[in-house]
Amino acid sequence: MRTSLAGLTLASPVLVASGCGGTGPELAAFGPLSAYGTFTTRSITLDPRPGAAGPRLAESPSGLVHATGLPNPGIDGFLATELPWLVQSGAKVVVSVVGRSLGELAELARRLGRTPGVAAVEINLATPDPVSNGVLELREPQHLGGAVAAVARELPRGVPVLAKLRADPVRVVESARIVAEAGAGAVVVGGALPAALPDGRPAGLSGPAIAPLALRCVREVALALREADTEVDVVGCGGVHTGGDVRAFLDAGAVAVAVGSALFHDPTTAARLAAELTDIPADTAGGTPADHLGGEER
Amino acid sequence: MKAHVRAEVLASKRIGAYQHLTLVAPGVGERFRPGSFAAVSVGPAGERARLARRPFWIHQVRPLGGYAATVQLVVEPRGEGSRWLASRQRGDRVEMTGPLGRPFALPKEPVPVLLVGEGVSAAPLFPLAERLRERDCPVSLVLGADDEAHLLSALEARRTARAITVVTHDGSVGARGRIPDVVAEALRRSDAAVVYAAGRAATLAAVAQAAEDHGAWSQVAVEEPSDQPWACCTGLCQGCALPVVGEHGAPREVRACLDGPVLRGDRVRWADL
Repeated sequence: MRTSLAGLTLASPVLVASGCGGTGPELAAFGPLSAYGTFTTRSITLDPRPGAAGPRLAESPSGLVHATGLPNPGIDGFLATELPWLVQSGAKVVVSVVGRSLGELAELARRLGRTPGVAAVEINLATPDPVSNGVLELREPQHLGGAVAAVARELPRGVPVLAKLRADPVRVVESARIVAEAGAGAVVVGGALPAALPDGRPAGLSGPAIAPLALRCVREVALALREADTEVDVVGCGGVHTGGDVRAFLDAGAVAVAVGSALFHDPTTAARLAAELTDIPADTAGGTPADHLGGEER
Repeated sequence: MKAHVRAEVLASKRIGAYQHLTLVAPGVGERFRPGSFAAVSVGPAGERARLARRPFWIHQVRPLGGYAATVQLVVEPRGEGSRWLASRQRGDRVEMTGPLGRPFALPKEPVPVLLVGEGVSAAPLFPLAERLRERDCPVSLVLGADDEAHLLSALEARRTARAITVVTHDGSVGARGRIPDVVAEALRRSDAAVVYAAGRAATLAAVAQAAEDHGAWSQVAVEEPSDQPWACCTGLCQGCALPVVGEHGAPREVRACLDGPVLRGDRVRWADL
């Protein structure tokens, strides 16, 4: 089942969330990446980052607390060693970026905007621990708008900016309005919430534990953007595991749903959810994607 | 390709401190190579209370009950997840992915080899010993554990190993002591060109150093540290960073579950663990 996101035509409304599909080949070991609407990379920075010292993860009830420290090879390493494989694999590649300054974000966008095979750029505005990671701390919604504008103006027509916002029901609507005004083609709603590892270090919380919060955020953002009469799409994410979860996010107004930490639990989750949507016979297709999903299937 | 399947428990047997589970897991056993492992989801299918997966060593792959390649896991019940798996009964289903990780590399020549296994992590060394013997490598074995209950049976290795050293911390079987106390002597006696080891990080560091002193290559299989859990076991989550010396001597982090669990012993930055 095809869908449209920020002007892009996607093979499926089921996407792979940033930071949850490895570098690509790890997930491709369980099925072709071309089956997903997009493959969104882990967040790429201008310079290489080794990532945080361990422990990086802790399990919490229905959730994962994570502080990976954004390990990545930097934009040069990514373009040389990871992107070519992803493009070759047939994936629709969305590159997630994060930076220490607006200048860095603009530089990243400049590099990616002229690279063939980059379908869209996602700005990670949901880093749960920006201070310890040394990346731009975007406290106020107007800072988010500045970041989106800095990236959007460097990208050619046809390469949209997606803005990833955390599942914070208090601020998400205002944030979404501002990034929409700043030029985002879509908002991705439901990124990790600020949390702490058992030893107190700042971290993010992801997984089904945050799904009800994410759903609330998606619904309110979708409503607000519709009321504002924008063309900006909403992608829902946050603890999606089942067909029922996908349906709930689509019903809440998302045009697509990103699967994240569920892939850690079962690397075939997104492929299965995408197949559920694809397997609908052509003559019964129509309506919204939500019409074609079963309930809790596992 | 790796397989993600709902495996069926065919048999479960308690031996000492460990539960040996034999499972029908199509696609896992067929592709198994010694050193690769399997990841198991904890809890009933569809339950999402525990997201992190648990890695377990594959101890044996063999035809059983009409199935071509059943998989035997060795489970040490110590945390919530491993206790859950250890209590599965015949006929139960578990979500399982495998085989995962980089397996042991086998020598091209029939050189003498020393295998060193600690506790439950000795499990992958038994199928490795068989592969090495098929290649005419003279195999010596060092098995260590805290006590007899935690020592994987040396009996089944008698066929494949020409010399076996057993060491337990409490002296309940074999010599009293730790693996690092005996590994240099075992290396000297076996004159091994390659050392294969699996166990705790501190033990592997000592074995890697002993191998280097002896002029042997070492291949070490790291186990999941109890204080630094792996979450996905498939290379997706970036949770299991392991410090190594990369190409050109530059320090870098690799994923223990994907670039490991088997690594060259001289490549791991043990002091930074």
